[in-house]
Amino acid sequence: MAVLVIADNDNAHLRDGTNKTVTAALKLSGDVDVLVLGKGAQAVADAAAKIAGVRKVLLAESDALGHGIAEAQADAVLALAGGYDAILVPATAGGKNFAPRIAAKLDVAPISDIVEVVSADTFVRPIYAGNALETVQSSDAKKVITVRPTAFAAAGEGGSAAVESVSGADAAKTRFVSEEMVKSDRPELAAAKIVVSGGRAMGSAEEFQAVIEPLADKLGAAVGASRAAVDAGYAPNDYQVGQTGKVVAPALYIAVGISGAIQHLAGMKDSKVIVAINKDADAPIFQVADYGLVADYKSAVPDLMSALTAAGK
Amino acid sequence: MKVLVPVKRVIDYNVKARVKADQTGVDLANVKMSMNPFCEIAVEEAVRLKEKGVATEVVIVSIGPAQAQETIRTALAMGGDRGILITSDADLEPLAVAKLLKAVVAEEQPGLVLMGKQAIDGDNNAVGQMLSALLDWPQATFASAVEIAGSTAKVTREVDGGLQTLDVDLPAVITADLRLNEPRYASLPNIMKAKKKEIAQKTVADYGVDVAPRLTVVKVTEPAKRSAGIKVESAADLVSKLTTAGVL
Repeated sequence: MAVLVIADNDNAHLRDGTNKTVTAALKLSGDVDVLVLGKGAQAVADAAAKIAGVRKVLLAESDALGHGIAEAQADAVLALAGGYDAILVPATAGGKNFAPRIAAKLDVAPISDIVEVVSADTFVRPIYAGNALETVQSSDAKKVITVRPTAFAAAGEGGSAAVESVSGADAAKTRFVSEEMVKSDRPELAAAKIVVSGGRAMGSAEEFQAVIEPLADKLGAAVGASRAAVDAGYAPNDYQVGQTGKVVAPALYIAVGISGAIQHLAGMKDSKVIVAINKDADAPIFQVADYGLVADYKSAVPDLMSALTAAGK
Repeated sequence: MKVLVPVKRVIDYNVKARVKADQTGVDLANVKMSMNPFCEIAVEEAVRLKEKGVATEVVIVSIGPAQAQETIRTALAMGGDRGILITSDADLEPLAVAKLLKAVVAEEQPGLVLMGKQAIDGDNNAVGQMLSALLDWPQATFASAVEIAGSTAKVTREVDGGLQTLDVDLPAVITADLRLNEPRYASLPNIMKAKKKEIAQKTVADYGVDVAPRLTVVKVTEPAKRSAGIKVESAADLVSKLTTAGVL
């Protein structure tokens, strides 16, 4: 059995989700290849070659692949699919965008967002916003699977796989127009060790920036937000932690002024340590928090900043 | 241009799903059901396209139990023109749904399929992409803005780390993300009017499509519960606890 892992990358950097998906792939088979889709992505392929346990790295390049156009990505994978029994894709926005296309073209059922590999044909995946876990067994000969990165440990370095170029693909009916990426010196939300999130209690975008961002910067943390805060326009959409946003599992998650709606909990309940700051002692967030501070964030966050300074942070 | 909007009847998003004691699934008996929130956004967008004069007809299709008729009525009350109900007793997998929708597209010949990015029950996030692949149409998923200009659509998409804008040839499949719009509440007169709108009654068998399941649900379980920890008295107390825990 051979497995193909599609790398998560931005043409310049290999993202951590790739290493985590390799870990899931190694549970299926020892023959794991990584396919890098991009443009000018040699450095990504070289980085993927260093992941321990990877047999071979394939690099497919084209303009459309460089822009993450799903039609081209699916076609590039399909050209190689014959040689593999399973295709594993990190369940990022980019991965979720093209993986189902591959499944449709292969006439197989996609298995979305798995959090556990039970056996070569049986997997566990969250449904109903993480309120239930479904164990499914696939009868398809070839499997197309997206992998929730936070559910798997990252495969380490130490490999020295060969890198081979394969043909890229283009998309005839889809054209890239522009992109607007959020520039930030903070760590990436999905991969950060500490995440500080703000909720609707902030009341405005200005307040969100004035309260949440300095605390995050003091801790070297990524900034997150509840859906309520995002919907109200206090924080950009890609800050959203939850079932409809990003799923995170940092070592420390600090929820400030977040009540703890089911949909938010689904995105952060696997964090190692959860801290909740909320003035409502009955807020559901306290039911999952390791440490709860019942206080108005307006006084609690400045107090926390000074306590951190006092502790030499 | 005709716009086809597939909608799904799911557990209401405010209701907490409870796993059945026998681990065969989630208990949906006597639970409030509603239109999937992402589908609602897709209906709203289609209706707005009609109000702008871009769409000529908005056709709503739903695959599900007989009660999915109510979901179609809701969409018709929001401004859809007519509905198609394809009844199925089985809970169909995304591949089967995509194949059925492909057959509906062949009959209806829409210029655009607008649908939600995912249903909040199965959380697959797959049907739109699969339908687009089966039709060999371009796709633009996770849309936060849609602009139709002649024979193409300019779609702004929510991607990892920001926004991306694509220009796709029509016909195409576009899937809606949360921020595309805020769906309207249907007015009482429109709810009354919707009762008179036509809903074609079909069954899965009418389409001659293979909908056999490819996945067997072995079991459905409740996730491990996280237990509540302790309340700290002050920020200083919190910092000392976190330092001891080794997470700072």
